[in-house]
Amino acid sequence: MAQHKINYTQNGGLPVALTSIDKIVNWGRSNSIWALTYGLACCGIEMMASGASRYDFDRFGTIFRASPRQADVMIVAGTLTKKHAEFIKRLYDQMTEPKWVISMGSCANTGGMFNTYATVQGVDRIIPVDLYLPGCAPRPETLQYGVMLLQKKIRANKASRAQTAKRLM
Amino acid sequence: MRAYKPKDNVQAKAYYTDRYYVSPQVPKLHVESDEIFAADLEAIKAKVDVLDAYIQVEQMVVFINPSDNYKVLELLRDECDYTQLSEMSAIDWLADRGGFEIFYQMLSMNKRKRIRIKMFINKGEAVNSVEKLFRSADWSEREMFDMFGIEANGHPFMKRILMPYDWQGYPLLKTYPLQGDEFAAWYEVDKIYGKEARDIIGPELRDTAKVDRYDSERFARLGHEVPKGTKITGNEPKNEQNYQEEGGVFMIKKFDKKDSVVVDDPQR
Repeated sequence: MAQHKINYTQNGGLPVALTSIDKIVNWGRSNSIWALTYGLACCGIEMMASGASRYDFDRFGTIFRASPRQADVMIVAGTLTKKHAEFIKRLYDQMTEPKWVISMGSCANTGGMFNTYATVQGVDRIIPVDLYLPGCAPRPETLQYGVMLLQKKIRANKASRAQTAKRLM
Repeated sequence: MRAYKPKDNVQAKAYYTDRYYVSPQVPKLHVESDEIFAADLEAIKAKVDVLDAYIQVEQMVVFINPSDNYKVLELLRDECDYTQLSEMSAIDWLADRGGFEIFYQMLSMNKRKRIRIKMFINKGEAVNSVEKLFRSADWSEREMFDMFGIEANGHPFMKRILMPYDWQGYPLLKTYPLQGDEFAAWYEVDKIYGKEARDIIGPELRDTAKVDRYDSERFARLGHEVPKGTKITGNEPKNEQNYQEEGGVFMIKKFDKKDSVVVDDPQR
C-alpha cells in the first residue's frame, strides 16, 4: 500500500480497464511474438537489421530466440535448399502451438531466381505459411509491416477457440 | 521478281556473319620457351609417360596417363617445389569422347609458376586419390564424386559433400537438367511426407514470375483483398489498409479520411 493518499478519481476514473478474455489474451500474444532465428541467406541480414537498433523489433515485442521451443513465429529468411528441407520441417514441428510462419523474400516464397534442382520452390511445399513478404531482399520496413499484419491477424482470431494444430496436409 | 523474305525479326538477326570466321584459339607455346617448365617436364618425363605438353597463358599443361597421377603429383610436390594443389575437378566430355578429363592445378610459390596436370578417364573408371599428398584434395575429390560420379580409390571418406547423402544423379553432368530430373523435383516431398503426398502438394511451379489475378488461393491484389477461394470478378471493392482495429485504441484518435479536406487549389 502506498503511504501517501492517492486520489483515484482526480483524473476522471479509477486506474482500472475492463476488457474481455479474448482481447487480453490476444493483446499478450500479439505483442510478444518471439521469432525463431532463421536466417538462411541474404534475407537473414535484413532480418538482423530489423532486430537491431535502427529498426528495433523489440518495441513490437519481437525478440529473436535461438530455440524453436521458445518461438512463436518462424521467419524463413532466405533460400531453402532441398538438403535443408527436412530440418525446417523438424524445427517447425518442435515449435509450440500457437505458431505462425512468415515467408520472407522471393526465395522463400517461390524459390526466387534459383530455378534449379537444389532449391525448394517455395517453403509452402514443406510447412504452412501465414504471410508472404515480397522482395529480394525485403527491406526491414517490409518485415515490420509483415509483423504488424501478423499482429492484426492474431488479434482477429478468438483466443478462446480451441487451437487446431497447423499442418500442411 | 525477287522472292519475298519475311522481315519480322530482321533486326534481331545478326547483320553480317563471316562465313570464314574461325574463333581465335589461345596460342600454345613449346615447353622449351621457358627454362623452369622445361626442367620440370624433363623431371616428369624421366618417371612417367607424357602424352602431350605445352604452355598456354604462361602455365604449363601436361597430359599424363590416369594411372600415373599419384606418382606425378608426388614428384611435383617433393622434388619440383609445387607445394600447393590449388584446384582439381573434372570436365564432362561424355558426349564427345565418352569420358572425363581430370585436371590438377598446381602452384609453386617459390618458382612463381603454375602447372596443370591433365588426364583422361573413360566413363565408369575411378582415379587414384591424391588425398595423402594434399589435404585440399579431400573435399575436392568428394565434390568430384558428388558432381560427376567419379570415385577416387583410397579416399578415406568417399561420400557426397554438397548434395544430400541419399541424392540420386550427378548434377554437373552436361546431360543433367538444370531444373532437376524426376527424383530432384519430388525429393523433399518424398522424403518428408512420402510418395502418397505428391498428389496433395502438387508439382513444383517453376515459373516464378507467374501472377494470376483470378486465383484467390495463391494471390491477393493489394488493397482489393478477398477471402481465400472467392471467385474474382474484377469489381472487388477497395479495402482500406489499417493498422488499427475498428474499435480503435485507448486515447488514440483514428484518422478519418472522410473528415479530412484535400486542398486542390495550389494558389489558395
